[in-house]
Amino acid sequence: MALQIIASECTSCGACEFECPNAAISIKSDVYVIKASGCTECDGDAPKCQAVCPVEGCIVQG
Amino acid sequence: MSRNVIPLSSLTRIRPPQSGGGGCASASCGSSEGSGDMPAHIWDKVKDHPCYSEEAHHYFARMHVAVAPACNIQCNYCNRKYDCANESRPGVTSEKLTPEEAARKVMAVAAKVPQLSVLGVAGPGDSLFDWRKTFETFRLVEQLLPDIKFCISTNGLALPDHIERIVDHNIDHVTITLNTVDPAIGAAIYPWVYFNGKRYTGIDGARILHERQMEGLEALTAKGILVKINSVMIPGVNDQHLLEVNAAIKAKGAFLHNVLPLISDPAHGTAYGLSGQRGPKPAELKELQDKLAGGANLMRHCRQCRADAVGMLGEDLSQDFTLDKLPESAAYDPEPRRLYREVVEQERADRAQALAAAQVEVARALAPAQLVAVCTKGGGRINQHFGHAKEFQVFEVDSLGVRFVGHRKADTYCQGGYGDEEKLDVVLAALEGISTVFTAKIGRCPKNDLKAAGIEAIDLYPFEYIETAVARWYAEAFGIQTATA
Repeated sequence: MALQIIASECTSCGACEFECPNAAISIKSDVYVIKASGCTECDGDAPKCQAVCPVEGCIVQG
Repeated sequence: MSRNVIPLSSLTRIRPPQSGGGGCASASCGSSEGSGDMPAHIWDKVKDHPCYSEEAHHYFARMHVAVAPACNIQCNYCNRKYDCANESRPGVTSEKLTPEEAARKVMAVAAKVPQLSVLGVAGPGDSLFDWRKTFETFRLVEQLLPDIKFCISTNGLALPDHIERIVDHNIDHVTITLNTVDPAIGAAIYPWVYFNGKRYTGIDGARILHERQMEGLEALTAKGILVKINSVMIPGVNDQHLLEVNAAIKAKGAFLHNVLPLISDPAHGTAYGLSGQRGPKPAELKELQDKLAGGANLMRHCRQCRADAVGMLGEDLSQDFTLDKLPESAAYDPEPRRLYREVVEQERADRAQALAAAQVEVARALAPAQLVAVCTKGGGRINQHFGHAKEFQVFEVDSLGVRFVGHRKADTYCQGGYGDEEKLDVVLAALEGISTVFTAKIGRCPKNDLKAAGIEAIDLYPFEYIETAVARWYAEAFGIQTATA
């Protein structure tokens, strides 16, 4: 289970990168991507990347 | 690239005539009136900051670098999918910079624009949410350019956590965008805030934001840092409430209150833009500003500049300093900056004399207050052709004196050498309620067009100080010794 970022929606603001407790988010060329092997979906808490992302529908279930 | 920069020569070349309210050329003949009743240590902090001092905005330039694009709240007037609509103009995307790129850009601008006195981090996003990038930028620049002032703009949510860092980097000025002191109203402005790893919506989110803003404001004031409060005036949501906001922030020690009109073009895709929430008309903004005049100091010269603006207020050279145009290492010579400051000091003393003389002239006049518009490129002078004016500075004049009221944006009337009807409509809308326009020069056609609309255009005072010229005109038109009308 991992979340993923819809590249066409991403504004590259970077908020998810430094909020991710697992350091599973990094920038690839122009937008951010979530490394599936690192993502825990915040272990049952509301995922932090989803909570901070300014674009509704940008970070979704993979 | 220098088309918008005021060259030193335009400040020094033409002195106003010595008759009437003319200036005094000597720097030794008077202190600067710009300081008003401010204590010396505060005047020293604001005198070269164009956003904090109305006087300084005639002489000094600022630049913003967009290094921290992440934000921790959502505002209904902002759409970060493209750009922050209230910090920029539509259709122009900001270039996001790393701290190293930002430092390179600052040096390139400092080498070309000696007026540069302030570096700000003001979005898109919140400067203190992605604080590592903001402070890394300041750390790099302070090594290269020790005489520049730093300034940050924040929504306040993360502010209480960074007070010590702000003090460490010698940041004298902080702007907090604070639209309400009532969480119930806040809930209508902020759909959510992200705090301590969690998203809070509605009144809960608005309450957290409000408490953190007030805590941050108090902590900064306690450290002697000047705080400007920006409030977006949203008709029907917080417009009347801003009186309460003004009183509350004054009680907590805010230095300046800047009320700015909501920008809500549907094309920006903001929640307000899409829901049809309108912005205030210039007259509504002025009415509110006049009501607030007895409270915290009010700022009226804000231009709502974009997050990567470069130059004097009201102009933008950012397109001349995009990353691809920057030299690898800028040849930086501090001498022009030093010289410029010297000239400005003389100019300030001279202008102060002129203002005092202008004050004496209008005191003789007995007439209702007049609103007049001025075309200026800066320096506090009437020094712009009507056709080149992208905005007008508006002044109110009566027997008590000449006061700056605000500015009105207008599309450039003259483009490609000719004006057309549509552009004139935009200009006339911008000049609503204005009796007279002062300009360095105006063609016969637009002059007649303005006349037909009941506005007199006057180009008899080219390159003179604004207040001096307006006062002399007022005294002559309405004074006891009526000469010309």
